[in-house]
Amino acid sequence: MTDSTKHTIIENPTRGLLRFFTAGSVDDGKSTLIGRLLYDTKSIFEDQYEAIKNTSELRGEENVNLALLTDGLRAEREQGITIDVAYRYFSTPRRKFIIADTPGHIQYTRNMITGSSTANLAIIMVDARHGIIEQTCRHTLITSLIGIRHIIVCINKMDLVDYKEEVFEKIRADFEKFSSKLEVVDVRFIPISALNGDNLVEKSKHMPWYGGSTLLYQLENIHVASDENLIDCRFPVQYVIRPQTDEYHDYRGYAGKVAGGIFKKGDTVVVLPSGLSSKIKAINTFDGEIDEATPGMSVTILLEDNIDISRGDMLVREHNKPKMEQDIELMVCWLNEKKLTVGAKYAIKHTTQDARCVVKEVLYKVNINTLHRIEDDKEIKLNDIGRITIRTTKSLYFDSYRKNRHTGSLILIDEATNETVGAGMIL
Amino acid sequence: MHANTRHLEELESEAIYVLREVAAQFEKTALLFSGGKDSIVVSYLARKAFWPAKMPFALMHIDTGHNFEETITYRDEWVKKIDARLIVRYVQDSIDKGRVKEETGYSASRNLLQTVTLLDAIEELKLDACIGGARRDEEKARAKERFFSHRDEFGQWNPKNQRPELWDLFNGKKNMGEHFRVFPLSNWTELDVWQYIKDENIPIPSIYYTHERECLNRDGQLLAKSSFIKLKENERYEKQTVRFRTIGDMTCTGAVLSKASTIDEVIEEVAASRVTERGTRSDDKRSEAAMEDRKKAGYF
Repeated sequence: MTDSTKHTIIENPTRGLLRFFTAGSVDDGKSTLIGRLLYDTKSIFEDQYEAIKNTSELRGEENVNLALLTDGLRAEREQGITIDVAYRYFSTPRRKFIIADTPGHIQYTRNMITGSSTANLAIIMVDARHGIIEQTCRHTLITSLIGIRHIIVCINKMDLVDYKEEVFEKIRADFEKFSSKLEVVDVRFIPISALNGDNLVEKSKHMPWYGGSTLLYQLENIHVASDENLIDCRFPVQYVIRPQTDEYHDYRGYAGKVAGGIFKKGDTVVVLPSGLSSKIKAINTFDGEIDEATPGMSVTILLEDNIDISRGDMLVREHNKPKMEQDIELMVCWLNEKKLTVGAKYAIKHTTQDARCVVKEVLYKVNINTLHRIEDDKEIKLNDIGRITIRTTKSLYFDSYRKNRHTGSLILIDEATNETVGAGMIL
Repeated sequence: MHANTRHLEELESEAIYVLREVAAQFEKTALLFSGGKDSIVVSYLARKAFWPAKMPFALMHIDTGHNFEETITYRDEWVKKIDARLIVRYVQDSIDKGRVKEETGYSASRNLLQTVTLLDAIEELKLDACIGGARRDEEKARAKERFFSHRDEFGQWNPKNQRPELWDLFNGKKNMGEHFRVFPLSNWTELDVWQYIKDENIPIPSIYYTHERECLNRDGQLLAKSSFIKLKENERYEKQTVRFRTIGDMTCTGAVLSKASTIDEVIEEVAASRVTERGTRSDDKRSEAAMEDRKKAGYF
């Protein structure tokens, strides 16, 4: 193990968080990869290691099965597959990582959508023996659709193809051919063996032909801060803070998380939907006033004028407003057994707004293996992705999902069961 | 503020967002407070999230009666310090009312009984959400927990039918009688919590630091001397230099041998530790799926 992976306190992560998710089909070594990363960065404790060691022995396995580490619930232990999103954590001196471990099974696409919606990066696993298969395409398409800008394709089980460069290059070419149709900015390829640890933390001795860096190195160094929209100012009001005490008698603070752009003290802002404008008097936090707030920061904004503002309203800039409409076109990924019904009404959550909507039309369904439009079958069922139009009970203030993940996303909720049934990305 | 730890700023911001979302989506919420470091940090973040207003929820302590004295002293001071309100519900009352039966035998603990007291309190106070300090890194059943975790009218958790949680859109919709458990520290690790306590200079109960204490070594676990523990033959208390890594019911919270007397020393120890903090809890050792079973039944 190298020094850079030692777990001591002087080496605090300095690059903030990287949230990534892993996708792959059953048996392509995803759980082993995660187990390895955790093991090699010393994120596994003795009692956890002992537990999986015992289980491995009970099962009569030759080596300690690191995949068992990410094996959470009893049902999974019985079936030997991951059935839900599980989150894992590890740190190196450079960064803290949050892994959403998402399942590869067809019927659990909804979990993959869930796991990837907050991620900056995707690791897509490909079995070197099988190359690009249907599920690889599906996972990549979803990755692109959910707006992930960085993909690392890990071509795994290189040990089983004698570490041959041709195998790696062939898969890489196949993948590039497929992904050129997608909008992913940054795709990288790494030949690995998760089981043996080749090119994960340490460079592999078996593949001198590979000139790139290890997986961990890439994860530590990838730049994701600019993935946020720093241009278009969006501040959905989440909660109004009114102490109503003697000391803070007239205090009215608008609490929320910046969804886009940079808000500065003194800026003129417009409040949606009223259209009234005012100036930012102060940006408060418990730790004191700050001069500016950037995306992701939870702050409290005070305005100079006394305007009636409540949860669901949005602070923006005068010459840069989001769309304000009731007729909205979006891509939807369906997450529920009960299929989407045209004409049905659903509850909506979008930024900090609650609304209702009716589904007007299904324009087409996407064949998630070929990306082709399916126009003759418009039934959107569990795990289907389609383009639809909805009409909402009131205007939403939104941007396209491509422009801003926070103001371009919404969820559809079944009003009878309260279940989250659809994940929407506004076009 | 967190000069060297930018990830803590991101985690803080996320937790504050979640707490504000709770205030906006629910009507009657309690913050479950045990006096342990995680619930201390959550309540501290709640103070931050709504400042300069008071936090819009009360702290609720489910008291097993088997407390470390230091925790109770700390609790009462802390509640004043963060300008919060405290509700206490006692497991003893549930026992007296015949709602639960006290466990007997050498490893008897009131830890499991807490669930009934908690669910009764939720019903009595008509709570629609309870905020907890659980983290996903603690235990494998928790790794799949959502920020907003739905519980049915029996307080049960169904790991197979969790709502998908997308982006930062939290669906807190529910029917009458159902409630949510909300975990703002989901993405924190034990080390993050300690680092944050240090950076923010948050006071913690004294038993987190080294002290001398009469302890009983039972099956490799160091249990603090108390009238709640029944000694087996050949068992005896010995004076040890210890501290606690988690704080819970005295009968199942084990101490660790430690000389860490400052927060820096505690952090160093945690960072170097090779055993998870739940490893000091005998309640998790009852079976491999112990935590999953308790969670399904409505445990914290």
